[in-house]
Amino acid sequence: MTKRASDVSASPPRRRSKYTLAPLVLIAANVVLFSLFFVWPAVIGLVYSFTNYTGVGAFRFVGLDNYQNLFGDSIFYDALGRTLLYAVLVVPLNFALSLLIANLVVSKQAKGATVARVVFFIPWLISPIVVGVLWRWLFGENFGLINYVIEQLGGDPIAWQSNADLSLGVVVMAGAWWGTAFSMLLFIAAIKNVPTSYYEAASLDGAGPWRQFVSITLPSIAPTSFIVILLNTINAMKEYPLFLALNNGGPGTSNNLLVQYIYQTGFKTGQIGYASAASFVLMLILMAVAIIQLIVNRRMENR
Amino acid sequence: MTTTEAPRKIDADSARALPGKRSRRASRGSLRGAVSATTLLWILAALYGLPVLWFVLSSFKPAGDLFSLPLTVLPHNPTLSGYEAAWDSANFSQYFVNTALVCVVTTVLTVGASCCTGYALAKYDNKWLKFFFLCILATTMLPSEVMLAPEFLVVRDLGLYNSFGGIILPAVLTATGCFMFRQFFLTVPDELVEAARIDGARELSIFLRIMVPISRPIMLTLAILSFQWRWNDYIWPLLMLNDPDKFTVQIGIQSLVGAQNINWSVLLGGSVISMIPLIAVFLVFQRYVMSADINAGLKD
Repeated sequence: MTKRASDVSASPPRRRSKYTLAPLVLIAANVVLFSLFFVWPAVIGLVYSFTNYTGVGAFRFVGLDNYQNLFGDSIFYDALGRTLLYAVLVVPLNFALSLLIANLVVSKQAKGATVARVVFFIPWLISPIVVGVLWRWLFGENFGLINYVIEQLGGDPIAWQSNADLSLGVVVMAGAWWGTAFSMLLFIAAIKNVPTSYYEAASLDGAGPWRQFVSITLPSIAPTSFIVILLNTINAMKEYPLFLALNNGGPGTSNNLLVQYIYQTGFKTGQIGYASAASFVLMLILMAVAIIQLIVNRRMENR
Repeated sequence: MTTTEAPRKIDADSARALPGKRSRRASRGSLRGAVSATTLLWILAALYGLPVLWFVLSSFKPAGDLFSLPLTVLPHNPTLSGYEAAWDSANFSQYFVNTALVCVVTTVLTVGASCCTGYALAKYDNKWLKFFFLCILATTMLPSEVMLAPEFLVVRDLGLYNSFGGIILPAVLTATGCFMFRQFFLTVPDELVEAARIDGARELSIFLRIMVPISRPIMLTLAILSFQWRWNDYIWPLLMLNDPDKFTVQIGIQSLVGAQNINWSVLLGGSVISMIPLIAVFLVFQRYVMSADINAGLKD
């Protein structure tokens, strides 16, 4: 790549492109890392997805067999469906919570915002594994604080662990709780960049706080909203440690997500080729999500 | 937006400027607004803080008291036995040293590589630099969790299996880091570079002598982010490391969770210990994270 590139930059005698060596030296480390750990895996992953490779020894090309098996595999569909459901639940929840909190934190009305901001930040510092442990401790069916409080209030203990949907619900709460801080940080920066004159003009026109939020804040921070939703969707689609520590993808295998599926087929049963095919399907989904969001974002901006 | 709404809906900020009755009414409204905003903020803060508080308080309970009813918020006989058990039994001290080593080395490399790349992307104008920028952005679409199997094979073929190098090197390139530095160097005026060139400075020494020193705040922000990412990494170290002496803290904790009968006393102690370094780093450097305009940021 670099060889071809330097030819291109050398041929037209443009003023700024006389500096070739310096930028090349500066990006060299990342170019090497990019080729080693992104290009190379992507290429061999694509090749292996058409083979029956198991990680060692010889392999032969099996055409589209892996993909065909994948689309006939009900476990894969379950994992895919569960992953999408998780993303559909956790992304809006995270979005709403972090936007609300960011607004409260920057508003001059709320007292103690500096301290509260640190509190909101603490969950983000905890690793997904420990977040899983923490929520498992909180929502334990027989020993958790939540069920204890429910019982004290006269209710029946809730099957947070043995009911698949409730179990997913706990992970959604945990995921939103963990991810709020980062989204909040982005929103705070965006909200602070909205010119105050907009709000002054609007309040002179008699717009209340809610109206100001809908008509000024939301449109002004639209690019940030886009990034927050995109990043959170990608993160939700590849979630694994949180599930692992919270309920081990359970009860049973009901909450096994895509990355767990890839991990298990690739490393537990050694079907590298098959796992690579699943990886590519996941990658295509991620790209589709990104492109759809990009298109929606463009539409909204042009409106 | 319309002027048809009644004046009582006027917002507190603008009402302050208006004289008489109206302003008094509005200031009462703003008091109500302040009270409700503060209440809402602190209810939410409680929702975010209490799980952590309960977790930490529980970790001070002796193993026998963890499940004894009625559950109490404060431990009756606070003890550090869970911590001691975790520290000794699960080889935690070794895990800590390993994780700290990996985090520090990766963070230094990430900051260095990102600073160089970000500067090149911001201050040089070449077709292939633009192409490389697109490549870096594309890596966010291709997280290592997705390329698990092939990336494992690559690292294995490089001879890095079961070594810290196998965890460190694939994690050095991050889109977020390059992006943050690029955005920062775009705000540095080109005249600064031009002036140095006229003075006869060479390209790389302009970078090292002028640009690196002024980018210190970004370095610190990225360092904290990178430290957080690497401290919390789980899947990749798990795949790469085979030797229990090289395990990281997260693997150690997950092995406690994965046990047939979870020893909650040890698990709580170990988990809380694992949280301490990041929270300490954050509290010391929080203004670099809080004020960071990582708006263009992409998360790793």
